[in-house]
Amino acid sequence: MALMELKNVSTYYGNIQALKGISLSVEEGEIVTLIGANGAGKTTTLMSICGITPIRSGQVILDGVDISSISPHKIVSMGLSQVPEGRRIFPQLTVLENLDMGAFLRDNKSLIKADLEEVFELFPRLAERRNQAGGTLSGGEQQMLAISRALMARPRILLLDEPSLGLAPIIVHNIFQIIKRINEERKTTIFLVEQNANMALKIANKGYVLQNGAIKMADSSEHLLVNEEVRKAYLGL
Amino acid sequence: MDYFLKLFLSGTAKGSIYALIALGYTMVYGIVQLINFAHGEVYMIGGFTALIVGGFLFSLGVSTPVVLLVSILAAVLYSAAFGFTIERVAYRPLRNKTRLSALISAIGISLILQNFILLAQTEKYLSFPSYLPELKFLLPVREYINSTQFIILVTTAIVMVALTFLIKFTRIGKAMRATAQDKQMALLVGVNINQVISVTFIIGSALAAIGGILICSYMGQINYYIGFVAGIKAFVAAVLGGIGSIPGAVLGSFILGWTESLGTGYISSDYEDAFAFIILILILILKPDGILGKNQKQKV
Ligand SMILES: Nc1ncnc2c1ncn2[C@@H]1O[C@H](COP(=O)(O)OP(=O)(O)O)[C@@H](O)[C@H]1O
Ligand SMILES: [Mg+2]
Repeated sequence: MALMELKNVSTYYGNIQALKGISLSVEEGEIVTLIGANGAGKTTTLMSICGITPIRSGQVILDGVDISSISPHKIVSMGLSQVPEGRRIFPQLTVLENLDMGAFLRDNKSLIKADLEEVFELFPRLAERRNQAGGTLSGGEQQMLAISRALMARPRILLLDEPSLGLAPIIVHNIFQIIKRINEERKTTIFLVEQNANMALKIANKGYVLQNGAIKMADSSEHLLVNEEVRKAYLGL
Repeated sequence: MDYFLKLFLSGTAKGSIYALIALGYTMVYGIVQLINFAHGEVYMIGGFTALIVGGFLFSLGVSTPVVLLVSILAAVLYSAAFGFTIERVAYRPLRNKTRLSALISAIGISLILQNFILLAQTEKYLSFPSYLPELKFLLPVREYINSTQFIILVTTAIVMVALTFLIKFTRIGKAMRATAQDKQMALLVGVNINQVISVTFIIGSALAAIGGILICSYMGQINYYIGFVAGIKAFVAAVLGGIGSIPGAVLGSFILGWTESLGTGYISSDYEDAFAFIILILILILKPDGILGKNQKQKV
C-alpha cells in the first residue's frame, strides 16, 4: 500500500480549475518528484494535500486514511509536513523559536532536544545563528531552516515545494544532497516539487510531469531523464 | 515642579488604563487584522459586572477584600466570555470575506452591546463604589498620588510583566506570534489557529475588564457609554504606538495619558477629549505606521 496517494484530485480557485483530476502515489521510503513549469499547479497540489486549499473532488489518502476533509493542523499530527514555496520562515521568531514551532505538536522534551541536535549537525550554520531572527537569514539559510523546521515534526513524509528557488547553484547542490541524506538516514519519504527537473530527477526514484493541472507523464526517474519530450521541455536540452 | 509631578503621575495612571484596553485592540489586530470596535463595550461590561456582583456581595455584608477579589474575577470571566463569543459569532464567519464586512460587523456588535446595557441597566450615570483600599503608607505623598492611582500603576505593571512572559516564553504565546506572522504556515506546523484566535480575544477582553474596574473605581461612576469614549482613546493609543505592536500600545497609551493630563493641567480641561483626536490626526499625517510600527513588522 502506498504511503500517500492522490486519486482523481480536482481543486478550484473560484471557478477556475487548477487541478484537473490528478492521481499519483508515493511508496514508503521513496523520493518522488513532481516537475512542471511555472503555473502548472505544483503548489496547488501540495496545498491541496495539506488541506490549506481544500479539494473539490477526489481523495487524498495518507497511510490508508482519507485526509481530504481533515483540517490542516491535524494532518501534521498524522506525520505529514511541508516545506512550502518561498520558505515561509516566521520572520520575527528566532531560529530556535522557528524550530520549536516545527515541533509544536510534540511533547517529549528529550526527543525534541535530540532532534534539535540532529538538525544542527545537518546544518551547522543554523546552530551558529540560533538566536537570530529568522527574517535576517540569507535565502540559503532560510531554506535550511525551513527544512529543519519541518524535520522537527518527525514526519513520515516530507513535502518540499521548489527548495531550489532563488538559490545559488552551489547551495542548491548542497540542499539536494541533504534531502537525499534525510531520505537515506532517517528513512523519511520525500515528495519533491521542482522546476529544476534535472536536479530533482537525479535524486528521485520516480517522477510525475504536471502540465496545466493534469499529470502528463509518470515514469521512473531514469526513463524521464532520457525521455525526448522531458529533455526538450524541462531539461533545456 | 510639584504641579508637574502631580499631573505626570495622574497621566501615568490614566495611561496605564488606556494600555490595558489598547493591548486588546493591538493583539487582535496583530492576529486577525481587524479593528475590534466592540472592544470598548467589553470593557464597559467588565465595569458593570463588577458593579453588580460587588453591590450584591456588599449587601450580604462580605468584607471589602473578598468583594474586590470576587468582583474582579467575575468581571474578567464575564468579559472574556463576551470577547470569545463575539469572535465566534460576528467575526469568524466573515474571516475569508472582505475586511470591510468584518469591520461593519464589529460596529454592529458595538451598538448592540451598548443598547443591551442601556436597556438592561439604565441610561443614567451610576455611582461606582471604590472597592480599592486606602493605602496608609501613601499618606506622606498623597498630594502627588492617591491609593487608587497607585493600585492602578501596580496592577498594570503586574499585568504587563505577566503578558510579556506569556507571549515570549509559553507555547500558546509562541503560537500567537507565529499565527500573527503567517497564519498558513502556522497551520502547516500544526497550530490550531482558531483556538489561538479565541485565546487572543479572551486575553484581550480579560485585560479590558481589569481596566474597566480600575477606571470605574477611579472615576467613581459608570454608564453604558463609557466604552465608546475609552475605546476610541485606547484605539488612538494603539495606532499612535503602531497597531499590532504590544510595546507600541503601551508606549502610545502613556503618551496619550501624559498629553491629556498635562494638557488639561496647563491648557484647559475643556479640551480633555480633544487631545486624543489631535494626536490621532498628527500621527496619521506624520507617521501613519505609528511610533513602533514598522510597516507591519513586529505584530504581536
Ligand atoms: N490563490 C489563487 N487564486 C487564484 N488562482 C490561483 C491562486 N494560486 C494559484 N492560482 C492559479 O492556479 C494555477 C496553478 O498555480 P500554482 O499551483 O501556484 O502553480 P505552480 O506552483 O506550478 O507554479 C495558476 O494558473 C495560478 O495562476
Ligand atoms: Mg509553485
